[in-house]
Amino acid sequence: MNAPFRKSDLRQPRVLDPLVFGDNQFFGVNHASESKAREQLIRFSTDEAIIEVLDAAYAEGIRAFMCTTHDRIAAICEHVRANPGRYEGFKFYPSMPYAHKYANAVTDLGMMGAMQKFLPNDNLFGTMLRGVASVATKDIGGMAKLLVDAEMKMFKGLDTPVIFLQNVVVDLLLGLNATPLLRAFADHVRERYDAEPGFITMNLTRLLPALEKAGVHRPVVCANINKAGFRMSGGIEAYLAALRNSDAQVMAMSVFASGAIPAEEAIAWIADVPNVQSVVFGASSRTNIARTSALAAKYLEHAA
Amino acid sequence: MVRIGVVGLGKMGISHLAILGANRAAQVTALCDENGLVLDVLAGYTEAKKFKKYEQMLQSGLVDAVLIATPPALHEPMVRAALEHGIAVFCEKPFMLGWREAEALSALADERGLVNQVGYHNRFVGTFAEVKRLLDAGALGRVTHARAEAYGPVVLKQKGSTWRSRATQGGGCLYDYAAHPLNLLTWYFGAPSGVSGSMRRSIFSADADDEVYSTLHFANGPSAHLSVNWSDESQRKMTTSVTLWGENGNLFADRQELRLFLRKPVPGLDGYDTGWSLRDTTQLTPTVDYYLRGEEYSAQLDHFIDTVARRGSANRSSFRSAAETDRAIEMIVKDAA
Repeated sequence: MNAPFRKSDLRQPRVLDPLVFGDNQFFGVNHASESKAREQLIRFSTDEAIIEVLDAAYAEGIRAFMCTTHDRIAAICEHVRANPGRYEGFKFYPSMPYAHKYANAVTDLGMMGAMQKFLPNDNLFGTMLRGVASVATKDIGGMAKLLVDAEMKMFKGLDTPVIFLQNVVVDLLLGLNATPLLRAFADHVRERYDAEPGFITMNLTRLLPALEKAGVHRPVVCANINKAGFRMSGGIEAYLAALRNSDAQVMAMSVFASGAIPAEEAIAWIADVPNVQSVVFGASSRTNIARTSALAAKYLEHAA
Repeated sequence: MVRIGVVGLGKMGISHLAILGANRAAQVTALCDENGLVLDVLAGYTEAKKFKKYEQMLQSGLVDAVLIATPPALHEPMVRAALEHGIAVFCEKPFMLGWREAEALSALADERGLVNQVGYHNRFVGTFAEVKRLLDAGALGRVTHARAEAYGPVVLKQKGSTWRSRATQGGGCLYDYAAHPLNLLTWYFGAPSGVSGSMRRSIFSADADDEVYSTLHFANGPSAHLSVNWSDESQRKMTTSVTLWGENGNLFADRQELRLFLRKPVPGLDGYDTGWSLRDTTQLTPTVDYYLRGEEYSAQLDHFIDTVARRGSANRSSFRSAAETDRAIEMIVKDAA
């Protein structure tokens, strides 16, 4: 059995930045309002608008950007690659896949059609052959590696110390009991990208023991953790108990529960949750970024 | 423990399988798909017995309930066979391709006393359920008009190779997409007495409709406009909404939020005053035990498993309610022809 784990027990260097900038606001993801989501989609319809907000986050001392592998992120990556002087120490935490792209393709093309559509087909004959062979031999692990590699292409040459698997995939595999595939993702990310594998989940209390059983040690996990108990499956008490007894490196998201909790109250609360190393948040204005950044500095251990 | 078999391991089937896998009151004891590849891939992770033939699964004695997530054209014989074996049924939407079949199976399920449910998950969405509660409490007074809409980015160019792109197989925007807002309308106002001005048009699909518009009439109830388009690339994912106007105010609801305007407060409705009230999903959605893609997907299966375990009969999305939706779909098909 694991002994109760405390922040002070950390011997290994922490991999997560204490405050991480998220990208939901850029792509019309808002859990409380479709109309706000639409306004944001319109506001961020140009790459320049996204870069302006990222620059504001950088100016406020934020150095980590957690982003879905949305097509538009490729342009942001290109911009950062082209201006290394402006983004010293800037890190990307890719989170893959951008699931709606796949879900809509499955609806349109069927399961195998979608697989074939998204396997890399960049004229690298070998890659294609491996893809075809993977489909034919039902080598799901092999296919998954190819999909990871395809999604990682846009980050070439950039610092990606943590690579996340999106909750829709993590939680699906968890429900299917296909946890060896979570392990396969972890191994591939460590071996191929020398990065820490991260797992986004809406089911933290189930995921932690499953990862341990699959042999993924000290995993990076990202989950909704907020005072309102919003989208904390199984309830807030179960989450707190699981966190208390875990050696995972935990990043909290939805800390404000989509605006349901006042900012200071939310950050003060999360600071007392055991084993939370990091908070990911989204904002569209420098004022809001500065406010969250100041609250993090005030309440979160290790924050700038 | 409810022993359940899952048939049809496509997108919805696999999603349901994961949710059932996490449900502590259910045990997936059988899987059925004619595609051996999917069965083989899943085989490593489950103790469930695999069947290529549905009839063998029903006869195996392994299941108290089945979840049917096959293409709609296969629903009728599969649901019937399960009921005839005395097995409870959860069937994906759209339920039947003809409403008479839907009525007949609803009657058969009731006659056998078997739990029956159709996967209209919007009935388990916090905001849409709150609309139902508000209407039942008479919040809007007499409702005069409704607008039900759904938009999404499914068919964005000329192609399509699955049943979803063939209207005769229960594909197309009307069966696959419009069924959702129609199901909300029939939940709120019952079966329509008639429809008019219906249009089913292709934008990109060769053999199916990509946009559907219709006016529905409800006896002693409101009129309703249906507006649905699944070739709308401006949407990130499917977005369903209802807007209602009544003598005492109006309301708008989608999956995320509910906006209610009341002319005067309604006795028994605490927290809703004169003027605007806003509620969002963070306030209206009960936490589920396991989450995948939305609380509603877990909530609907929890409800089904719980109803089977209790040998209950009441169901929030019964065959009979789905038959009303099928009937509305059939009216639109005829009106648009």
